[in-house]
Formats: sequence, C-alpha cells, structure tokens
Amino acid sequence: MSQTDNLLFSKEHEWVKIDGDVATVGITDYAQHSLGDIVYVELPRAGKQIDQFSNIGVVESVKAVSDLFTPIGGEVTEINGALEADPAALNRDPYGNGWLFKVRMNDVDQKNNLLSPADYEKIAVD
Amino acid sequence: MTASSDLRRTALHGEHVGLGGRMVPFAGFEMPVQYAGILKEHDAVRHRAGLFDLSHMGQFVLEGEQVAPWAETLTINAVASMKPMQARYNIFCNPQGGAHDDTIFYRLENRWLLVVNGANADKMWAHLNANLAEGVKLHNLHGRNALIAIQGPKAIAMLQGHIDIDLASVKYYFCAEGNVYGRPAVVARTGYTGEDGFEIFCAGDHAGEIWRGLLRDHREAGLEPCGLGSRDVLRLEAGMPLYGHELTEEITPVQAGLQWALKTAKPEFIGRNSLIEQLAKDEYRRIVGLVMSGRTPAREGYPVFFSGSLAGEVRSGSLAPSVENKNIATALVDRDAATVGTKLEVEVRGTKHEATVVATPFYKRQK
Repeated sequence: MSQTDNLLFSKEHEWVKIDGDVATVGITDYAQHSLGDIVYVELPRAGKQIDQFSNIGVVESVKAVSDLFTPIGGEVTEINGALEADPAALNRDPYGNGWLFKVRMNDVDQKNNLLSPADYEKIAVD
Repeated sequence: MTASSDLRRTALHGEHVGLGGRMVPFAGFEMPVQYAGILKEHDAVRHRAGLFDLSHMGQFVLEGEQVAPWAETLTINAVASMKPMQARYNIFCNPQGGAHDDTIFYRLENRWLLVVNGANADKMWAHLNANLAEGVKLHNLHGRNALIAIQGPKAIAMLQGHIDIDLASVKYYFCAEGNVYGRPAVVARTGYTGEDGFEIFCAGDHAGEIWRGLLRDHREAGLEPCGLGSRDVLRLEAGMPLYGHELTEEITPVQAGLQWALKTAKPEFIGRNSLIEQLAKDEYRRIVGLVMSGRTPAREGYPVFFSGSLAGEVRSGSLAPSVENKNIATALVDRDAATVGTKLEVEVRGTKHEATVVATPFYKRQK
C-alpha cells in the first residue's frame, strides 16, 4: 500500500486525509518538488472558518511565493506548529511530518469534489 | 509570456537537461534555475565548489586603438587606466544617471572583452553601435561564446589540473589566456557569488568538453552544477547588485551605493552631470540592506515603512543560509530611513514585519 492510498486530492496539489469529520491537509509530493526548498509557511489560525478551495495561506520557496488553497472547508482546529521552525519538513515528508493543518468539516460531502489518487496522478505530471 | 519555442539555448543545454536541471526562461534563453535544489547548491559553493553556465550573458569583443578613450565617455568608471589582463566593473548610464547596464570590462593583450547582462545584451549592442567612434570595432559573440563559472573555496584547486596557467598568479579581477582541457579560453578571477573562483570564456563548441570534464573529475570532491536560483542568493548575500533590482534605468549607481565605481574626475561621460548633482543634493532614495527580525521573507515590491510612513520598497529578498539563516533583503528607501541600525517595517500581505538596516555585504568570506 502506498502512503497516498487513503488520501483525496485537489487540482491545486493539496491532499486531504479524512478521519470522521476531521480532515488533515497537506501539499503533495509533486507540489513540494515543484516548489523546491520551502522556507516559510503561512497558515490560518486555529478557530478560523475556511471555505473549500479558498486561498488560506502561502507557501514560500527560496525563489517564489505560492498561494495555498484549502481542499476542504470547515473550522481550523489545529495547525502544524513545527513547520515554523522547520518548513523543510514539507520537502522531506509531505504526507507525514509536513502536514499543514486540520479542519473540522462543515460538510462531509465536499469530499466528492476531490480527486482519487488515480485521478490525481494523471494531473501531477510535468 | 514567451513560448518555449522562442527561447534560445546555450551550448550546454543538453548537459543541463541530462543533469536534471529545471529549465526556465531567463533573458531570452532556456536556463537551469536549479538542479539538486537551491540550498544544496548554495552550500556547495560556500563550502566546496559550484559550476555555473552563464552563457546567456552578452559577450562583446571590442578592438581598435580608440577603445579606451571611447569607452570612457560611455561609462562611469575608469577604463584607460586598466592594465593588460585586468578586469574592472563598470556601469553604462543614461543621461539622467539611471543605469543602462552594469558590466565588466576585461582588457586582453590585443582586444577587450565586455560582458553585459543577458537581458540587456540587445539593448547594449544597440547602445554601443549608436555611439560608435572611429577606431573602434565591435563583435557580438552573444549566444555563440560560452561562459562557465567555477566558484567556491575548492574551485581553483579543481581547475588548476586542467589548465596551462598558474592560477595562483592570476590576481583577483585579473585574467589570463590559456587552454582548459586543451581548448582555448580566457579565464578570469571574477565571479558573482562572494567566493573565490574563475570564469571561463570559451567558444560554444568547446563548452561541453570543459563542463563535462570538470564534473567528471571533481564531482566526487564536491563540485556541483548550480543554477541561477542559488546564484541569486549567493550574490545577494555578497552584497552584489542585480540589474533590474538594485540598478535599473531609474535607479542610479549613486542610489545603489556604487560611488566607488563613479569617477567624477572624468571630464565627460553620459550621466555625469546628473550623478554629480544627485550626489551633491544628497536627497535621493538609496539601496540599503535589511535583515528581517522574524521568519517571514521579504520579496521584491513589498512596501517599506519608517515611523509609520511609506519610505520605500523591497528590491530583492531571500532566505540567507550564510547570514544565520535569516531573511535578508535590499530596499530602496528615503535618506532618513537608510542609516545602519534603523528599525523599519516591511509590509507582507497586509501585515507589517520588523526589519533592521544593516551594512552590506551581508556575507564576507574568510580569507
């Protein structure tokens, strides 16, 4: 089993892992590779309501600032505070220690707007 | 945006693709922005050595008895006083004192080599031709000649085994003509990284052999191919201006803090009166170095505030591994905001972040 089998994906190269009504969000391996060395991450605060596919932060590499979109809507319950000191975790372990934030979903059906691993693989090509 | 089919390729394009370089449009060429990653490449140059393809830069050969006096009238720095085989940084200005381009002159035995920014090569070729004088002949080698830089503390030892010149005898900002891997080249002890090293000018047809040879013979000892991304971080740390950022048609060498290159004693050159006036009035916005207090990077165009008022803007910014991994930047700011030690604020996505004006260069290598 690959580490992406249980995940859903957005076209903007974020992943979601759904556990009950809580979704964990991160960026994909393809995204971290395209960005290069990540040096800074700006995330929404815990408690904030965010809408599916809205712009909720930035990921910055040495050279570029990229907008971060949330693949799922709801209330942010937790952010990965370790990334402030170690943003390179997004490069090293995008599906593990590089997770970004957790959301308590408003509407579990929003997952129907996301891509399966097989469908995401088709768009994550150079 | 330029379609990739319109982009030119350097003689080393195939090497970059083969090495997994990420190719991006730059100055009309398809150039590698990185291979293994900007931070890894930066580390190689600071601690071992890096190899750069800079063949996108413009190379012009200047010939004739009148090159030096002619060039004096177009540039802010001295040309005629250059010794044979000496290199010198120089800037061509417009009549208002803005920078047309920043360049390096290399005085060879029987000719001169002028290296201009790739993005300015067409503009500079037109400028030189529009101001041409009797006794000066110009040859445009842009895109035909190659330029390979090897930079870092191990660079000279790595290159020495493949060249018929004693590199230790070539002083900083001097050059020599010889053969690298048996191929004729001008090698110059110049660079844009803040490290020691050489730049190798050769025919495009010979560039592949030199590039492959150096990587084959020294990659195990730490020589890494490096892209334009790491080069930008290295030059920013070393306090070197990048055209389009710290120098533009609007930003003068005086504003960029390059007074050391401005020879106002020269009787006549384009931009002279404007630059002298600007210096005398001393009211101009100027380029300063900034260190951000927090983790948020400053980027080009971000507004800069002093005592709550808009005082300028960021011109370059990056994480700086050689400056305690802090975020550094250059900014063009009002005179009263430019004193070293002044606390400023950089506005990032609507939030103000503290920054301190510091002396540049941010990084200086141990000699």
